[in-house]
Parts: sequence; structure tokens; C-alpha cells
Amino acid sequence: MNLRPSSDTIRLIVPALSLASLLAAVFWLQPRAMSYVGLNLLFNLAVPIALATIAQMLIMAVNNLDLSMGAFVSFAACVAATFLHDNPPLGVLILLAAIAVYALLGVIIHLRDLPSIVVTLGMSFVWTGLAVLLLPAPGGHAPEWARWLMTAKPPLMPMAIVASIVIALLAHFIVMRSSFGVLVRGVGGNERSVERAGWSALVARAGAYGLAGAFAVAAGIALVGLTTSADANIALRYTLLSIAGVILGGGEFVGGRVSPIGAVIGALTLTLAGSFLSFLRISPDWQIGAQGAILIIVLALRLFLNRIESRERRR
Amino acid sequence: MFLLAGGIQREREMRIRNTLLASAAILCAAMPFSASADTSDKRIALSNNYAGNSWRQAMLTSWDKVTGEAVEAGTVAAADAFTTAENQVTEQAAQIQNLILQGYDAIVLNAASPEGLNGAVKEACDAGITVVSFDGIVTEPCAWRIAVDFHEMGRSQIEYLAGRLPDGGNLLEIRGLAGVFVDDEISAGIHDGVEAYPQFKIVGSVHGDWAQDVAQKAVAGILPSLPEIDAVVTQGGDGYGAAQAFAATDREMPIIIMGNRHDELTWWKEQKDANGYETMSVSIAPGVSTLAFWVAQQILDGKDVPKDLTVPFLRIDQDNLEENLENTEAGGVANVEYSQEDALEVINAAM
Repeated sequence: MNLRPSSDTIRLIVPALSLASLLAAVFWLQPRAMSYVGLNLLFNLAVPIALATIAQMLIMAVNNLDLSMGAFVSFAACVAATFLHDNPPLGVLILLAAIAVYALLGVIIHLRDLPSIVVTLGMSFVWTGLAVLLLPAPGGHAPEWARWLMTAKPPLMPMAIVASIVIALLAHFIVMRSSFGVLVRGVGGNERSVERAGWSALVARAGAYGLAGAFAVAAGIALVGLTTSADANIALRYTLLSIAGVILGGGEFVGGRVSPIGAVIGALTLTLAGSFLSFLRISPDWQIGAQGAILIIVLALRLFLNRIESRERRR
Repeated sequence: MFLLAGGIQREREMRIRNTLLASAAILCAAMPFSASADTSDKRIALSNNYAGNSWRQAMLTSWDKVTGEAVEAGTVAAADAFTTAENQVTEQAAQIQNLILQGYDAIVLNAASPEGLNGAVKEACDAGITVVSFDGIVTEPCAWRIAVDFHEMGRSQIEYLAGRLPDGGNLLEIRGLAGVFVDDEISAGIHDGVEAYPQFKIVGSVHGDWAQDVAQKAVAGILPSLPEIDAVVTQGGDGYGAAQAFAATDREMPIIIMGNRHDELTWWKEQKDANGYETMSVSIAPGVSTLAFWVAQQILDGKDVPKDLTVPFLRIDQDNLEENLENTEAGGVANVEYSQEDALEVINAAM
């Protein structure tokens, strides 16, 4: 019997431990946070970040990187605050079209073998432009149901936690348990052998992009549900946050090695890090640097564990 | 036996009643105090979205100075300033939620977006926290707003000019950054003023982007095509540039309304000493953060404060120019810190 934890479990332990220790520190600094309302306040803005992180993770699973994530989530938020509120069928149509564009991007990147960084960087200007066209000034209204969903007060656990668990389980099922997920990760791991085995890497990449678009749209709607209105730059930070979340959660830039549960934990950790620094009363000039330092510490821990892992394998 | 016991019982009841009455009397006497003037255990936080220019820096300095004194005097328990590292809605929303968790009684807010923070502001209100927004105000109905009446700022310029030039004359309008709400508001105020005083005529209009170098270039560019100019109406930050553009020609120096910037006031002082040049200067003092602080303190104190208040302008005239110039640091904006009495005055004006 093998009692040694699998490498996937180790992969998940580091982010889980970082989140737990950070949470303990926050509770110690601010006991008020240790309540239903407190947890909700700590984590509710992490829900859209978690969704965006899952979207980024899907793109990273096929060895690509999406630099338009923040711009796209902003665009989705603007659509949600305008069309989805005023004219739901049209709003749904626009969001579906946006998801289709994402899938199409996957197709183009695959067929023309374009660097995804360049394509998505270009698209980020398109999304921002469209968002500015929709909402030249901050405004709009959140659809009632989105607002209801994000401010719902389920028994026992606050909405932010429930949503995070649902997102993590859903993404885990899609990416780790379904055959589509295996295919996507296979494309990231070894595209050629996937194609030789008779699968279409094109379909996998298009699917991954399309699904990423869907999660990003959900992130935009969730964000509007929290803020009640949108502006064209509302989620610009999400590009870097989502990448950092995936890496923090145990994902890698290449090789199809991703962890959906880890990604959600990574997003929660990033959000919590901000609150932690704020509770510590660190001056804002240092906060970005301190946030970077937390990232580096966690990554260093990861590298350290990776090394142990590979040494054990060699044995 | 029974009688005696009943007597003791009655006596005890009497005594209890007397004690109750006495304590009720003490309570009544103490009531007025507890209903007012006791915010000494209250904690107020400033949530600020941006600190990257001299106006915001002055705003934070004023906050520290005035609230520091208030904390020392025991008016409030704490008044901490928090600024977000990046000027982002999501970041400030998270900051506000953190402030709720930290148990502040009031949050004074200069918002990154008028709408984007409404969710977080609502959370704060639901937690029983008083939210007072100023300068960058929020639209959430549960929050108080201390807004700048930019329209009036434009209109008052024409009113001043009507006093100086009863016969009217030609005006050159320097506008701000195109497409920004503040620019539209001030300009609308100026045009409404001109409608009220039809002896004035706006003969030219340029965009100075609230920067003296841009304003100088723009005014120099349009001047050759204009008739004689009697006065220049501005939006602040552009007066010195306009003066330089006029000085480069052989035109007579018009009355240029200034915007409280250090370079504008310095130039005005030089001209005043040299040839008795007369004008006025109007803008918003960065110390408006301290006004918001006192308003929040008053609300915590139980005062009934209307939800919409207006920031008073800081107007500099010929006779208080030197005094204001002295208090303005080089490269900065004239500032004034507000007191509790000032806040009461603003509140009563809105009642």
C-alpha cells in the first residue's frame, strides 16, 4: 500500500497551507473577520477573480497565455450592466457571441500557429474599446438575479465560500474528470501524441478557449453583481491576478499541469493577501511590493517541494 | 407577624422605588450629554483611491493634520487614512470591505468611481457604518455626498466680472480636458452666467487641459484671430499659461480668473505689486477631506444631516492674496483646513 501522497496532492497542499496560514493570520489580526459576515466580506470579491483564474487556467492548460483576461472580464461586466439588464435576450446573445469569438481565437491561434500572447494582447485593446463604447462613463445596473445571487445569504456558509466551492468542484469535474479535460491537458502536455492518437488538437484548443470565455463571462457577471454597476476598466487587474492565481494554485505555464481546485485557492489567497496587508496597516506604497513578496515566498516553497518530489522519483 | 412583614415589605418597595426614581433623574440629567458630543470612542477611516498628484497629497496632509488634532483632543478615537495602491474600483471595494471588518464607525470616501463602489458602500451601510463621500462621490443612496458645485464655480466667475466690468465685454473661455464631466459642468456654468449677464460675449474658446503649458499654447494659437479681450474665464491650472500668452503680444492684459495654483497666485502678486492688477481666484481646497471628516463626526454625534451637501469654494480676492500665497507651497494649490464650525455651517446651509 502506498501511503506517500501523490504529486497532485502535494501540488495542492502548498496553496491550501498558504491559504490556511494567511487566514489564521487575518483572524488573529482581526477577530471580527471570524464570522459569517466577516468571511463573506473577506472573500466575496474573490469570486469573480476565482472565475477569471479558472478561465486563465484553461488557456494555460493548452500552453497558451491570455493577456486580455482583464479587458474581457471588464467587457463582459459592461455587457452585463447594460444589455443583460435592459434587454436580457440581446445581452445573452452578445455574451454568447463573445464566447464564440474566444473559441475562434483558439482556432486561429492553433491553425496559424500564432503566439497567444500577441493575439490576446491585441484582443485586449479590442475588448477595452468595445467596453468603452458600451459605457463611456461608469454606470449601468446589475441584473436583478446577478445581484440576488451575489448577495444571497445561504445558511451555514456565506455565499462567497459556497460559490468558491461550487466553482472549484465544477472546474475540477470538467478539467480533471471529463474526457474533454483529459484531451485539453493532453494538448498542453504533448500535442503531437494527442493528434497521433487520433484526437483533434484543434477542437481541444477551441473548446478550451470557448470554455475560458464562458468562465470569464461568468466572472464579469459576478463582478457586476457585487459592484452593482460597471465601467470599462473595472477588471483590468484581473489579467495579472488570474495568472498569479493559477501559478499560486499549483499550475505551470507549460505542460498542461493545472489544478482547478488549486486555482480557486490561489485566487482566494491573493484576495486575502490584500486584506492581510491592509490589516497590517502597511503603507500603500509598499503594498504592491509586499503582495509580490507573498507570491515569491509561495513560489519558492513550491520549487522547494518540486525538488523534493523529483528527488524521490529518482530514487 | 404578618403585619410587620408587610410593613418591611412595603418599606423595601418604597426604597426600591426611590432608588429607581433617583437613578431615572440622574439618567435624564445625563441624557443630553450622551445624545450629543460623545464621539470619543468612534473610529473614522479615510478610503482614498489615488495619491499621485499635488492636490491629493495636500488632501492627505490636511487630513492627517486636522484629524490628528481631533484624536489628541479626544473628539474621536481614531482617524486613519487608507489609500489604494492602484486607482482601481475592485481594489477600493476590497479596501472598503476590509474597513468594515476592522470595525470603523464611519468611512470617509473619495471614490474611484461614482457607481462601481455602490456594492461595497451598501455592505458598509448594512453593517451600520456611516459612509460620507466627497470629491469623488458615490451614488448609493445610503451614503452622504459632499459634492463640488462645478456649475456654480463657472457661474460665479461671470458674476464677479459683471461687478468689475458693468458694461460687459469680450470673453475668452479656457476649458479643461475635453470629455470630462468637470469640464462640461464648469463650462455650462460659465455659459449660464453669460446668459444672465448678456453684456458679456464669449468670442473664443480653447481647451487648456487644466495645465499651464497647454493653455499657453492654445491661447497663443487663437489670439491673433480674436478681437480685443476684456477677460479670460478659466477652470484652474490654466490662468498662468493664459497670462504668458497675453504677455507675449502687445495686447492689454485682460482680467484673468485664476485657479488657486501657486504659479497663478505668484504671477498675480507680481502684477498687483507692479501695476495694481486686480482679479480673483477660485477653486476647491484639498482640505475638503477635513470637512468630510467633521461631517462624518457630526453624523456619528447623532446630528440630522442632509444626504447631499455642497463643498464651499476657496475664493481668493485682492485683499487676502498675500495671506493665501504664503500658505501655498510651490507647485501646490491654495489650501484651507475646515473646522467643526465650518462643517456645521455647511450642514445648516443645506437644511
